[in-house]
Amino acid sequence: MAATSKSRRLFDSSLVRQALAGSFRKLDPRRQVRNPVMFTVFVGSLLTSCLGIESLLFGGHESAGFVLSISAWLWFTLIFANFAEALAEGRGKAQADTLRKMKRDVEAKRLDAPDRNSACRTMLASQLRKGDVVLVETGDLVPADGEVIEGVASVDESAITGESAPVIRESGGDRSSVTGGTRVLSDWLIVRVSTNPGEAFLDRMIALVEGAKRQKTPNEIALDILLAALTIVFLVACTTLLPFSKYSVQTAGQGHPITISVVVALLVCLIPTTIGGLLSAIGIAGMDRMIRSNVIATSGRAVEAAGDVDVLLLDKTGTITLGNRQAVEFIPAPGVDLDALVDVAQLASLADETPEGRSIVVLAKEKYGLRGRNVHELGATFVPFSAQTRLSGVQLDGREIRKGETEAVEAFVRQHGGQTASEVRRAAEEIAKRGGTPLVVAEGGNALGVVHLKDIVKGGIKERFVQLRRMGIKTVMITGDNPLTAAAIAAEAGVDDFLAQATPEAKLKMIRSYQAEGRLVAMTGDGTNDSPALAQADVAVAMNSGTQAAKEAGNMVDLDSNPTKLIEIVEIGKQLLMTRGALTTFSLANDVAKYFAVIPAAFASTYPVLGRLNVMRLTTPESAVMSAVIFNALIIVMLIPLALRGVSYRPVGAERLLRDHMLVYGLGGLFTPFIGIKVVDLFLFAVGLT
Amino acid sequence: MSTNACLQLSLYLVVLLACVKPLGAYMARVYQGRPFVLDRVLGWLERSLYRLAGVNDQAEMTWRQYATAVLVFNGIGFLALYALLRLQGFLPLNPQKFGAVRPDLAFNTSVSFVTNTNWQSYGGESSLSYLSQMLGLGVQNFVSAATGMSVLVALIRGLARRSSETIGNFWVDLTRSVLYILLPLSLVLALVLVSQGVVQNFRPYERASLIDSSGAEANTVAEQTLPMGPAASQIAIKQLGTNGGGFFNANSSHPYENPTPLSNFLQMLAILLIPAALCHTFGVMAGDTRQGRAILAAMLAVFVPLALGTVVAEQAGTSILAKNGISQRASSSSPGGNMEGKETRFGITDSALWACATTAASNGCVNSMHDSFTPLGGLIPLWLMQLGEVVFGGMGSGLYGMLMFVVVAVFVAGLMVGRTPEYLGKKIEVYEMKMASLIILIPPLLVLIGTAVAVSGPGLAARDRDTGTVAALSNTPGAHGFTEILYTYSSTGNNNGSAFSGLSTDVPFYNLTLAVAMLAARFWLIIPILAVAGSLARKKSAPQSAGTLPTHTPLFVGLLVCVVLLVGALTFVPALALGPIVEQLQMTSH
Repeated sequence: MAATSKSRRLFDSSLVRQALAGSFRKLDPRRQVRNPVMFTVFVGSLLTSCLGIESLLFGGHESAGFVLSISAWLWFTLIFANFAEALAEGRGKAQADTLRKMKRDVEAKRLDAPDRNSACRTMLASQLRKGDVVLVETGDLVPADGEVIEGVASVDESAITGESAPVIRESGGDRSSVTGGTRVLSDWLIVRVSTNPGEAFLDRMIALVEGAKRQKTPNEIALDILLAALTIVFLVACTTLLPFSKYSVQTAGQGHPITISVVVALLVCLIPTTIGGLLSAIGIAGMDRMIRSNVIATSGRAVEAAGDVDVLLLDKTGTITLGNRQAVEFIPAPGVDLDALVDVAQLASLADETPEGRSIVVLAKEKYGLRGRNVHELGATFVPFSAQTRLSGVQLDGREIRKGETEAVEAFVRQHGGQTASEVRRAAEEIAKRGGTPLVVAEGGNALGVVHLKDIVKGGIKERFVQLRRMGIKTVMITGDNPLTAAAIAAEAGVDDFLAQATPEAKLKMIRSYQAEGRLVAMTGDGTNDSPALAQADVAVAMNSGTQAAKEAGNMVDLDSNPTKLIEIVEIGKQLLMTRGALTTFSLANDVAKYFAVIPAAFASTYPVLGRLNVMRLTTPESAVMSAVIFNALIIVMLIPLALRGVSYRPVGAERLLRDHMLVYGLGGLFTPFIGIKVVDLFLFAVGLT
Repeated sequence: MSTNACLQLSLYLVVLLACVKPLGAYMARVYQGRPFVLDRVLGWLERSLYRLAGVNDQAEMTWRQYATAVLVFNGIGFLALYALLRLQGFLPLNPQKFGAVRPDLAFNTSVSFVTNTNWQSYGGESSLSYLSQMLGLGVQNFVSAATGMSVLVALIRGLARRSSETIGNFWVDLTRSVLYILLPLSLVLALVLVSQGVVQNFRPYERASLIDSSGAEANTVAEQTLPMGPAASQIAIKQLGTNGGGFFNANSSHPYENPTPLSNFLQMLAILLIPAALCHTFGVMAGDTRQGRAILAAMLAVFVPLALGTVVAEQAGTSILAKNGISQRASSSSPGGNMEGKETRFGITDSALWACATTAASNGCVNSMHDSFTPLGGLIPLWLMQLGEVVFGGMGSGLYGMLMFVVVAVFVAGLMVGRTPEYLGKKIEVYEMKMASLIILIPPLLVLIGTAVAVSGPGLAARDRDTGTVAALSNTPGAHGFTEILYTYSSTGNNNGSAFSGLSTDVPFYNLTLAVAMLAARFWLIIPILAVAGSLARKKSAPQSAGTLPTHTPLFVGLLVCVVLLVGALTFVPALALGPIVEQLQMTSH
């Protein structure tokens, strides 16, 4: 599902059709009034329509055709802006619908008491309330988001995560939450429903992409204020032209005062319609990009805050290092042959299916050429790891081979009347100091040597951190390891700081102290004990595999449960702001050319000498005004792809980013309309409209 | 441009910039309460003033308290000045026995001086007593300037402080501005001006017989009245406090007000001195002098090219002069160019440069007739005012206005680099944008709406008070007349006070509407500024990182300049097109 949505084309034909219909529906004045810039265009369109009809009926010195075509293009300006918003909504909704499909109303088996044997009533999932207890059996769809209170089951969550391997869900611990719409593949679960219908993440997400219900984010409001202020300035600058030009006509003794239709045309050209028209589309597209990367944000504010993050708290395991440690070296005890150690270590690990055990076998094969053997053929018995002995190994022809952490093996050796060499102990300490995990191998009373298990830092993560630093984001590694180990891994991965032996309290304290410095903190978490920290962090991404409590505390849920996603989230947040900034700059820079087109045209009859400012050599005053208005409308359509895709983000410093964007959108915005307006004018001339 | 012009401009800029750092640092010490020499000399006076007024100088104010103090103080100042002007006939130091100033004129004049505008609808030597000049206008020259400086300092504190509810104490800021900055500088400047021949006395006006009497036989003028008065003391603060209200009607072109090229240079220096130095004060108080330098650089980046433009435009002369066979080339014996309305002792460069300095800073004093400039030469001073008086601008008000443009520039730049904007570590949020938008919005609205009302009729003609006949108020209707009216509202709507001349504004319509524009441009801006100061002071400060946009680099200065120019151009191009631009095009196409 994720794959198909990512490849969805920008102008998918069915989406475009829906959006077209939507763009007319959005002409409703109650919706237009939400956006001061476009509402001004709306009023202007109405006004020019009336003027056009008036001159059609009663005549006037302005041709009805001219006024009506201005009016038509003003309506187009509105419709184009609506189209952008509708298209963005459509794309977001299509994404959400795919997710919603599996949320079709399923039957739920509600239990009277949280006990499998209690009375069971079948009802529709939409009638479930928070706190209800339901039974989900093999083959059933989970009717609502909730917390497992009894049972263990394998669940297919591919509909949400796109990951085909089933996951285990069980009561207690960090794997106790289930999402509505996923399917139980085996066994059964008793689930306590944690949300009322309509409040589930999916519903919240769908609400966020539907324009009408969308709350404006603080940054959007601030930009809205600036745009409204500019609109007022231009409104006054344009309407005062009526008395100004009347005075000019009186004193110059020639020409006609500027007409209301030209004033409205000039006004619409000047007010920032480009950004005003695309503003909500940009916001929706930002949410949509989040969804596309399988992140559900519960507020638009969180998406924006992501762009501002100063500090990233990253869990070591899974984010910075691969989840498991790998053997990288064998260190024999004094007087022990290396090959003998490798041989015994391999025997000890043959039946060990843990990633660490497997990595010992792999290392023995790759580095020491020792081929894997079959435990059963050898007639060996596997001794699994137990909490009492804290050792694992094999029994082979009376040989007792064990491996485990230093103290456990020492105890084992002592039991068998042996003594662990001090060199072995020192080697083990040395490994720990360098951030590794030592695993001592023994046979009976002999400690043969140490296997160095190492945390493997993910490929490419170091470069990622360099990028983040250039973006001005500090990375902090959170780990339960001791400080020595943590420092070694932190150095290898290139994070800026680390928190070792992290407890939930320590995490919370760290977030608070960063926030007190005025920084914005982002983190990921999955366990219930992460909830306080998640609630405190400014951007808190809960893993979908995590507990319900963690999801409630966070303001985003990552459906893929991929902790590296945080970096992507930051980029999406930044992209959102940059797109707004780029289009605002572009929109304002455009105005210069529009003045050169409209001002000489508007006063041509009173002051023909102003024609010298007609640097674009536009054919007639009428075509000059028309060209500016048409360009102003078309530029909205042309920028829809940019608004929906977003300005691409590159991890370079702020100064460089500003320079590049000023050149592209500032300077570009200055010159583009000169060319655009001229082209439109030439076209109008060619088709004989002027 | 001639070598002479280049030299004069460079000398002016070098001396001005050399003063910025020492004076700026000194003012920072004054406001921060760090020790400086003068506090040891005058500290007793400061303390006894507080005791006398019952002010606790240790008590800090919230922004609301600060704003209330500003309004109350200025309100009382306005009433006192109005009363003084109305009652001057009964009061001493009135050798010419001037009667009460008419109510509309007294209202306009009081507003004008309280708002640091110093728009002059009155003629100083023909209507005001020495007492009115000194106790009324002179006092307001000091305290209106000090009010602007205090509000600026409050805003700087808002930027510099963290998680603070208060932004300083208005009474302390006001007293310190006057006592330690304005008074000492004025004293020095006044003495130097007296040495150059500026008058300073209480004598009645003198009469002098003309050596070469002029006029037709019936009404030969053989005698001239020479106005006297305490001019030097007034002129010093008029220049230093970006006031600009001349002691005499002809302002700094009057020989008793500005007699020599040296007095001209010093007065011109005084116009920009404190506004420029305040940039450094800002840098010091904000804890990063680069920020102050960046803003000064932005101001210079607008000012220098525009000043050069005016000099070049005036030196180029006019096609009408050329048609009449008048040589406009500068030579050792002739200044060339457009000398109409300019004093021969100043010439073209000093007149053009003065015109730009006085309109860049919201001073408004003149040493030449701006009405007689070439259209382009007149457009530049006009536009400098329309930029919102933020290129140097008024005392304090220029810099606080500029800081609001910084807020907008930072907002746009922040968006472009993908971060919620911040300035000096303070996040710029909805509230700041609301206030900054208001501050940038109000002056253009006052200018455009005022002009629109005036050209619709009420500002074009008025009934003469004595003869009862209706006469045109502008001597040149048409594009030039439009420019005159636009200039008038641009000047008052931005608290500059510069007059283009050519328009008679001492009529009730102008006296009232201009007063409204001046009041709104001053106090409607001060309140949001203080609100921003309060809101910023409450915020935490975010630490710098590589993702933070630096605001001291040439790139940001460039962006700031673009924002100022773009807002100014986009707002006023249509109006300017109907005034000076048409004039210029008409002139060059002849």
